[in-house]
Amino acid sequence: MITLAHYVILSAILFGIGIFGVLTRRNAIGILMSIELLFNAVNINMVAFSRFLTPDGAYGELFTIFIITVAAAESILGLAIILAIYRNRKVLNADEMNLMKW
Amino acid sequence: MGILSMAGIAAALLPFLAFLAIVTFTKKYRNVSALVSISATGLSFLTACYILYSQITAPQQSSFNIPWMYIAGIEMNMGVLVNQLTSIMLFIVTFVSLLVQIYSTGYMHDDEGYSKFFAFLSLFTFSMLGIVISNNLLQIYVFWELVGLSSYLLIGFWYFKPEASDAAKKAFVVNRVGDFGFLLGILIVSFRAGTFDFMKVIDFAKSGAIDPNTLTVIALLLFCGAVGKSAQFPLHVWLPDAMEGPTPVSALIHAATMVAAGVFMVARLYGIFSLSPAAMNVIAYIGGFTAIFAASIALVQDDIKRILAYSTLSQLGYMILALGAGGFTAGMFHLTTHAFFKALLFLGAGSVIHSMGTNDIWRMGGLHKKMPITSITMLIATLAISGIWPFSGFWSKDEIFLALHNSGHTVLYYTAVVTAFMTSFYMFRLYIVTFMGKQGEHAGHAHESPLSMTVPLMILAVFSIFSGLVGMPGQPFNISNFIYFGEMEKPAGLNMTIAYISTAVALSGIALAFIIYFFKLVRAESLKKVSGPVYTLLKNKYYVDEIYLFFIRNVFFAITAVIKWFDRNIVDGLVNLTGWLVRQGGAQLRRTATGSVQTYALMIFGGMVVAMIAFAIYNPGLLTLFGGR
Repeated sequence: MITLAHYVILSAILFGIGIFGVLTRRNAIGILMSIELLFNAVNINMVAFSRFLTPDGAYGELFTIFIITVAAAESILGLAIILAIYRNRKVLNADEMNLMKW
Repeated sequence: MGILSMAGIAAALLPFLAFLAIVTFTKKYRNVSALVSISATGLSFLTACYILYSQITAPQQSSFNIPWMYIAGIEMNMGVLVNQLTSIMLFIVTFVSLLVQIYSTGYMHDDEGYSKFFAFLSLFTFSMLGIVISNNLLQIYVFWELVGLSSYLLIGFWYFKPEASDAAKKAFVVNRVGDFGFLLGILIVSFRAGTFDFMKVIDFAKSGAIDPNTLTVIALLLFCGAVGKSAQFPLHVWLPDAMEGPTPVSALIHAATMVAAGVFMVARLYGIFSLSPAAMNVIAYIGGFTAIFAASIALVQDDIKRILAYSTLSQLGYMILALGAGGFTAGMFHLTTHAFFKALLFLGAGSVIHSMGTNDIWRMGGLHKKMPITSITMLIATLAISGIWPFSGFWSKDEIFLALHNSGHTVLYYTAVVTAFMTSFYMFRLYIVTFMGKQGEHAGHAHESPLSMTVPLMILAVFSIFSGLVGMPGQPFNISNFIYFGEMEKPAGLNMTIAYISTAVALSGIALAFIIYFFKLVRAESLKKVSGPVYTLLKNKYYVDEIYLFFIRNVFFAITAVIKWFDRNIVDGLVNLTGWLVRQGGAQLRRTATGSVQTYALMIFGGMVVAMIAFAIYNPGLLTLFGGR
């Protein structure tokens, strides 16, 4: 029997991997990919809670569709920014993009 | 709104409109400015005449109120109160102001600031009329300060003279001292009563809701305002210096618009003052002391305007003394007659100064032949202020003596009698030295002033002679019935003994003046030597200014040095410390802005975790979702 807890734990593991990636990857594209993992962790959560708490409605699923759409748009934007930075400064590493500091 | 209230507002606003018109439109056209100002005051005067006439035929109280604010249980209104007292004051203020303005067209004719002068005169008149028609303490305070402002502008009218600008500042600062007490008094009594309205405040005080000691404090604080504006000891020092302003201004200040404000205020709030016998005594003694104190200084002054200034102080002392002794009618009556003869004296003095170009009475002399109209009108005013029958001063002074006598203030009564002796002496000294005897060094080129100046003198002379008759017993209209205000004892009219005493005293003062200065039986020089230190003391005005200066330099500046140190180091230090802390904090915190996206992400994530944990701790029920407790 797969319970809500299983889904939540799966989601937490996925979220942890995502966070780890976001915080440790040097490559900006890697960071972007890790962010996608975070989104998916959230999506799993949404669907699972929706299934277990309100079985009659598809609210969580609906929300997940939105998140997937927004995430697609967001990654395009992110990639465009990274591409622009790469063209200007020839770097892809996030720790080298540190012009905006004190 | 009653017709009288409307008339009262109109009377007060007309000069203000003239002021606005002059400063915005007609400043460049001197004659138009004068015309605007004079016609506005003239209309105002006619309105005041109408109000006075209505009040005489049918005494009534007309009031009008506009709610303004309601804060912390205190109602603040703007309004008008027109009763007998108001009508008399309206008449005096507009009348004297009108004559002074007509006179100024001659006196200030060659002055560059001609338009400005009329603008300020209008503003001054407006401010004073505002005080007169006010129906509440808040409003009277506003106009009170406006009077202070306009007197500042006028005393310092010749601001390029250092003495004039100093005198203006002095008048303003000294008045502030009194006004501070006045404001405190207003606030205390109004917060107690929950209203600023005169009648309600007085009723509240009369109901006994304020304990007697507090009431005394309130009365004395309110009286502080009168001490400042009406130049009573110890705040009298500004008035003699205010002589630096143009002479018409002095006439206006001394007769109607400024110094009368204090007396009027005490009269208006008589219901409060009369409830506190202690405060009444203080008022009476301060008035009495000022009267004799200023009169003694006036004995030895050489400047014609200064002599008159000290005589004003002394006469104001009389009024305050009368009010303090319970002679409400007597005080107001003397205010009325004094307004006429003091305006006349100042305008006469102005006429002399205008033609002579000096203020020193010893350089004048024998002016009677050169300036007959000025001389005769001055003589009338001098007789009036000396209290000679049947001139106006006789009647009003007599009422004061009577009030003092009836109230049992024996010491003050004799003080007043001695003051009357001094008054007639120094006034005739002034008159004899200036107008009689042989011509002085400057008298040769003296000439009579133009009609614009002599006509106001003649009009005022008529009033100086006859205005006292309203206090004469046995005629249909009597001032003691008109502005009777529940005094301890209604003035009985004329007590022959007192009348004889005061006349005898006045005549002996005149006789002494003639002996010394006309017949020169006793030489003034030898008197100086005989009196020695006393003469020096009087000549230097009891060194009051010097004492104040000493006090300010040594005590006041020492205190301010401490306060200054406290302000510079403690107050400013705290402010600077705050700024320093923020700057240091910022300098440290900015190191967290590394520019690395991942650092920021870590911070956001860390913050989230903390928030989630906190959320879980405060909502333990959440855990049940996962089959927990």
